Amino acid sequence: MSELDELLKSFGEAGGDESILANTDIAHLVASGHKILSRKAVKGIELKAEDTGAGISASIRLLEGTHLLNPVHLCFGVLHRSGIQKINMRIKFEKDSEASFIAHCIFPKAEKVLHIMDAVIDIGENATMRYSEIHYHGIYGGIEVYPKARVIIGKNGRYFTDFLLINGRVGKLVIDYGVEVGENGVTELIARVFGHADDNISIKDKVALNGVNSKGLIKTRVAIENNARAQVIGVTEGNARGARGHVDCMEIVKDDAIAKAIPLVKVSNSLAKVTHEAAIGSVDKKQLETLMAHGLAPEEAVDVIVRGILK
Amino acid sequence: MVLLEIKDISYRVKEKEIFSGLSLSVEPGEVHAILGKNGTGKSTLAYLVMGCEGYIPTTGEILFDGKSINHLLLHERAKLGITMAWQEPVRFEGISIRDYLTLKNKEIDPSKYLEMAGLHPVLYLNRMMDCTLSGGERKRIELASVVALYPRLVILDEPDSGIDMLSIQDILNIITGFKENGASVILITHREEIAIIADRASEICNGKIICSGTPLKVTQYYKTRKCEVCAGEECSFV
Repeated sequence: MSELDELLKSFGEAGGDESILANTDIAHLVASGHKILSRKAVKGIELKAEDTGAGISASIRLLEGTHLLNPVHLCFGVLHRSGIQKINMRIKFEKDSEASFIAHCIFPKAEKVLHIMDAVIDIGENATMRYSEIHYHGIYGGIEVYPKARVIIGKNGRYFTDFLLINGRVGKLVIDYGVEVGENGVTELIARVFGHADDNISIKDKVALNGVNSKGLIKTRVAIENNARAQVIGVTEGNARGARGHVDCMEIVKDDAIAKAIPLVKVSNSLAKVTHEAAIGSVDKKQLETLMAHGLAPEEAVDVIVRGILK
Repeated sequence: MVLLEIKDISYRVKEKEIFSGLSLSVEPGEVHAILGKNGTGKSTLAYLVMGCEGYIPTTGEILFDGKSINHLLLHERAKLGITMAWQEPVRFEGISIRDYLTLKNKEIDPSKYLEMAGLHPVLYLNRMMDCTLSGGERKRIELASVVALYPRLVILDEPDSGIDMLSIQDILNIITGFKENGASVILITHREEIAIIADRASEICNGKIICSGTPLKVTQYYKTRKCEVCAGEECSFV
């Protein structure tokens, strides 16, 4: 079986649709470790990628006025028990363009794997990017994941991201996202993670609302159990007139797990407004009792609540 | 045979006695309305029967089908067929109304139960059970969900609160539906037009049942606020 077939097999087993690579209307980039296995561009998108020896360097440009009907699929992974994958990604959305990206990150056997994603994203005027990153990890927990992104959103630009890691062990996760939002720009940063055993989760999202009437939401949902640890830092700055920001963090803690939430709010313009809420604790008692009154056992009820929060 | 029998229970929280010698029985298929002023312990009684955490009678017994359930946990009582619709139902993030209605039984048609509660399935089935629902909508969904459980005993804690006047008939239909399914209902309410459809009614005051009988009798009694049990402080019974 080729490496591409093996990666696709794991992708399929994780619930992905293997046929997307064969679809000529869908742009994609597939890499295992530092080897680029498949790539395809469609009209309106330029896609370059190479193995530099130190990692993958990729550049994606969405041309002015392009609206992609199908999402661009990025499929990255390390199939072996050990390995390193470093990706430097440059993404440019030109004026009036719009597209969705789905990144599938697959590490089914990871016992000693390092995955580093360093992205610089430029969202042009009136452009919209939706970016979903879905991780499929194995059961061993021997993985370290470092997703880092610096995003600049131009006038009327929109950037939405959703990071999902709820299947398998997290291992060590260090998210570091920073977004600067221009005039009338909008951003939403969502992260949903379920940690087990001795998983270690660190999430730092920072939104700087620099443009007039810019808007930002940081939403984090984390559930941890056993001896897992989680720290969530949500930073929002309101630096311009009419800027509106909100930080919403919820962490559910079971067993001996420990969670921290640190919402940091800074306002440097009197006409800006930033709010925050953080809730950490065990499963809500009234939610639990409601579900048990519907006939669910306590363990089933907890599972329904946690899965709902991470959904 | 009586389905639920509350035998001479007392319940104390720290120094405050909530119930002292309260007794009540509910027959199979009976709708039993509970009336009482705010703070008289109607919801506490509901939690004691349902078995919510921390709610165990200090003395006395709660019997279901003739067996004590005092020390059964909430989910164990639910397995016997007891359920409850809370006065202020909680919201759930990430759970759709469809999923909520089919939590226990995936085979049922959730649309039927939403319609019974006066909600259009097309508009609601795929919505989330979160803060985007109004209090009234959430209440109706909760009622629909307990109907779908086909319980043997359902406790409805003020099912009409948050429901607009024009939709009270929907609530009455649901209560009647329980009865038609053979379920018993403990119906906690302040509204006469709701209580009146019960088979029997009781008024709680100062930790005791002070009046039981037909809904007409008890609602009239409730309106006069007469009570000597509380030495006239609560309802001036003579």
